[in-house]
Amino acid sequence: MTIRLLPLFLLFAALPAAAAVQQTPPAADPPTAAAPVGAAQAQPEPQAEEGGLTGSVTDESAWQDLGIAIPAFATDRDQPTAASAGSTAALGVELARVVYNDLRNNGLFRPVGPDALPRPTFPEISAPIYDMWRGRSAEMLVQGYVRGGADGMLTVGCYLYDVQLQQQLERGGWVVAPADWRRAAHKCADLVYSRLSGEDPFFDSKIAYIAETGPKDNRVKRLAIMDSDGANHRFITNGQSMALTPRYSPDYSKIVYLSYQNGYPRIFVYEIGSGRQTLVTESRNPTFAPRWSPDGRSIMYSMAVAGNTDIYRVPAGGGGTPVRLTDSPGLDVGGSYSPDGSRIVFESDRSGSQQCYVMDADGSNQRRISFFGGRCATPEWSPRGDQIAFTHIAGDLRVAVMTPSGGGMRHLTNGWQDEAPTWAPNGRIVQFFRTERGSGEASIWQVDLTGRNERRLATPVGASDPAWGPVLP
Amino acid sequence: MNKYAIVAGTAAALALSACAKKPPETLPPAPQPTATPAPAPAPTPAAPVPGTQAHFTQMMSGRDTIYFDTDRYNIDSQDQVALQSQAQYMSQYPGIRATIEGHADERGTREYNLALGERRANAAKNYLVSLGVPAGQLTTVSYGKERPRAVGSNEAAWAQNRRAVTVILN
Repeated sequence: MTIRLLPLFLLFAALPAAAAVQQTPPAADPPTAAAPVGAAQAQPEPQAEEGGLTGSVTDESAWQDLGIAIPAFATDRDQPTAASAGSTAALGVELARVVYNDLRNNGLFRPVGPDALPRPTFPEISAPIYDMWRGRSAEMLVQGYVRGGADGMLTVGCYLYDVQLQQQLERGGWVVAPADWRRAAHKCADLVYSRLSGEDPFFDSKIAYIAETGPKDNRVKRLAIMDSDGANHRFITNGQSMALTPRYSPDYSKIVYLSYQNGYPRIFVYEIGSGRQTLVTESRNPTFAPRWSPDGRSIMYSMAVAGNTDIYRVPAGGGGTPVRLTDSPGLDVGGSYSPDGSRIVFESDRSGSQQCYVMDADGSNQRRISFFGGRCATPEWSPRGDQIAFTHIAGDLRVAVMTPSGGGMRHLTNGWQDEAPTWAPNGRIVQFFRTERGSGEASIWQVDLTGRNERRLATPVGASDPAWGPVLP
Repeated sequence: MNKYAIVAGTAAALALSACAKKPPETLPPAPQPTATPAPAPAPTPAAPVPGTQAHFTQMMSGRDTIYFDTDRYNIDSQDQVALQSQAQYMSQYPGIRATIEGHADERGTREYNLALGERRANAAKNYLVSLGVPAGQLTTVSYGKERPRAVGSNEAAWAQNRRAVTVILN
């Protein structure tokens, strides 16, 4: 699967040119020196500020009711494409639907999608009819186009306009293989989201998870992957051996996960391109809870020796000697690197119950950070560094966040059994899995940092252990 | 932390009921009194072959499994009785190998429960070894909360699922 996504300086230039050939030159000035998409996202990383977030995402109220019109993307010429929609005109509607759903589903905007809006013509894409959109009470307007190339590739352009100011705020363009058309839509949604919220993008990313089928006492658990919106679902393993707790490598080329392949739990690295699977470390002991280091060069994992579990690290390439990071008589499990790779947050029951601890990446300076009552489990460091999400166990299991020093604890969910949070690449949304009391049915949910915008992801079968990967390049 | 007291109390009560629940599963051949299992190999036509898992579960009639309180892995007196039966059985068939499966109830996080199941399986294994079963004949495997025996979401079900099960490897 080759995913090529090119930022499109030249294609902006190519747009009017191609359009000229097609008899309808866009009226507006050809955007020759187009700003690359990334320009809007280049902000310095806020480094682990204590007490950072206090329950609201930036200026949330301001854009909560922001009306965003997202009409169908136009095409210069309706032509067949290998993309699922069949033709570029039909694809134009699908693209806008994906953008609409992305923006709607995070709960921060009130977008209106292509099915309720008139469809702009190709020339209008770069010269919107502002009066018409103002009449529809749209404050923002997202327009785009899709064009089929002679080589079968698709060119997708995306424009964000402020209807009140009659101004173009942002634009981007990408060349994608027909099979990857959704990625262009996610890039467009990311562009809009980033420009309006000031946050980093996250839609164009993928999730590894465990697909669950069958009765509670004999449930089949398979490794599976999907896009951040649940599309492009794919099973990786066939379910013959139980698979658990996957994690995408930072470059998406591999997945490390737990498999009972030979009857006993061991961690394996699965290479997505080749389908090859290798044991991470040779051991007679069970290994589980695998995690990549942020640079992808090493894998941290838990290993039980004579019943006692400690945390180890081994080179991801294999062949290296494992380094033991903890040596307490308690169960030291899981863990998550800080974004800069210098520290690790993990859980341990050395105090008598599961609590969260932080240590340096070499295992030194271990200290407990959770003192708020109940138990602290499955800690995950935010990609922004300022928060740690975890499972708070006090009767029920709920997803909560705290600062890296254990302050500012607050719950994001209120389910019977919500566990194993994973962060969106921009550190603004958390996914987790929820288990239904009785049936044990598992499903993946996501919630933003306010805790108010919670929704279930549509998956073909039961789903658990979500692991969100980084934004695709 | 008052939850501890409640859980411990109910679990203790349930440990008894859990044992009471076992027999129905292995009704067919009335086994001899529990005290001294001296199975004079009385080969009835359809009887399981001695030294096999089928024979073991029949002879143990529930004592192939021990139960734990929430988050605990200690071997209590009831567990000791069961493990002594297991050790006796194994001493009668030297060389048979067994694996001990450790489990947890659903009310915990997945990875911690894997570690907890392993700790429970090892507690059972260590006790068997202390009774003279060669360590080399015993392996352990943890299924965490992934393989519940009772499918309910209540204390009775959870008490049955916090367990270590000895399985003869044929």
